Amino acid sequence: MKIGVLALQGAFREHRWTLERCGAEAIEIRRPDELDDVAGLVIPGGESTTIGKMMVDWGLMDKIKARYAQGMALYGTCAGMILLCREIIGSDQPRLGLMDAVVRRNAFGRQRESFEADLYVPEFGAEPVRAVFIRAPYIEQVGPQVAVMAKVNEKIVIARQDKILVTAFHPELTQDDRIHQYFIQMAADKA
Amino acid sequence: MEQGTFRVKAGLAEMLKGGVIMDVTTPEQAKIAEAAGACAVMALERVPADIRAAGGVARMADPTVIQRIMDAVTIPVMAKARIGHFVEAQILESLGVDYIDESEVLTPADDKFHIDKNKFQVPFVCGAKNLGEALRRIAEGAAMIRTKGEPGTGNVVEAVKHIRMVNSEIRLLQNLPDDEVAAFAKNIAAPLELVKETKKLGRLPVVNFAAGGIATPADAALMMQLGCDGIFVGSGIFKSGDPAKRAKAIVAATTYYNDPKVLAEVSKDLGEPMVGIEISTIPEAQRMQERGW
Repeated sequence: MKIGVLALQGAFREHRWTLERCGAEAIEIRRPDELDDVAGLVIPGGESTTIGKMMVDWGLMDKIKARYAQGMALYGTCAGMILLCREIIGSDQPRLGLMDAVVRRNAFGRQRESFEADLYVPEFGAEPVRAVFIRAPYIEQVGPQVAVMAKVNEKIVIARQDKILVTAFHPELTQDDRIHQYFIQMAADKA
Repeated sequence: MEQGTFRVKAGLAEMLKGGVIMDVTTPEQAKIAEAAGACAVMALERVPADIRAAGGVARMADPTVIQRIMDAVTIPVMAKARIGHFVEAQILESLGVDYIDESEVLTPADDKFHIDKNKFQVPFVCGAKNLGEALRRIAEGAAMIRTKGEPGTGNVVEAVKHIRMVNSEIRLLQNLPDDEVAAFAKNIAAPLELVKETKKLGRLPVVNFAAGGIATPADAALMMQLGCDGIFVGSGIFKSGDPAKRAKAIVAATTYYNDPKVLAEVSKDLGEPMVGIEISTIPEAQRMQERGW
């Protein structure tokens, strides 16, 4: 199973390592043609404004949308989640906008408000997920096609719409691989 | 819910990787940096080249300057405190800056000790010119390291020297038998536990950026190819002829650092770079990289 990791800026190395631990073949994506044979794409944490602008400048925005339409699965963490949502409150920055959701940037606050916490997510079993939130966003509203999978203080932090998964936090900064395994399964389920 | 854990502090540095952090002195410059694709900005009263020219004692910026820059952009904002000046750091933390740079660009406030960075919720980045210095800073709580280079010179040679030094010391360490590691730790004056962890990882335990003298897209790509995780540009952008264009070019060069065709493309027509300074013309007492213990 070949999974791409968008490597324009951010924590792409950690996603690559996590995917490799899960047995996937992980490749870094910087050019549109590199997306041709991946079953899924991870959009990592980083700065959403930086990554979004570079996606436009380097021809990746349209290519990712086209590959998604052909069945490629998408997983966005933090900045990646922001870029996947339809509406970003107070911002007109470039985005993919493929998930029917309204997201707020830096929603928990600045770095001093960043935190880690245990999340109980039925899909991932009884063991809690240690979730690391860094200047993290959350989702304020979702459309009917979006399944909410976890919340923190009533704020949506994991959601799925068909072949798109988003988390407001960073599983790639821990040794817990369950979310990446879940995503690899999503990518495999396409066909 | 836990705040200020080392994982949360080091985690922000992980998110900055592959990006460019730009020195800015006004909200307008901060907006130019953000529009060019900076992953963070460093809020300052003066860029290092001007600090060098002005001489005298360089201190933390006026909080008004920092706050106006924080209000102007949505990307993370860093600010500098003097080496050892833990009260400047307390003030910066209370302002809500996202990272503190305990920086040799400012005049040191303590000639023996650095800030006890473990006491703070806000993360710190510190400069280092060799492995021992990097690991001492990490032991004090730094969650991110950068090369010192020689700030405000537009001359990349010292930054190259520092990353090569760290890399070669790590290679040497990796080839040592376990029973020689304690003596190695003693020689570089670094804590044994961190030396062991570095040996195991084959790299520094935290993110390591390039800083100090980067002025062109090629400089940025050079530091990335030498193994740095990202780039700080101090005076190099806003002391050049066309800051917006140069900033964008350096951002592209930091992502496409392995692609000479892209590097050639983004290096075209950038206007005047900042004027560089040959290191040998700077008296030793005025070299910022010698600050830090």
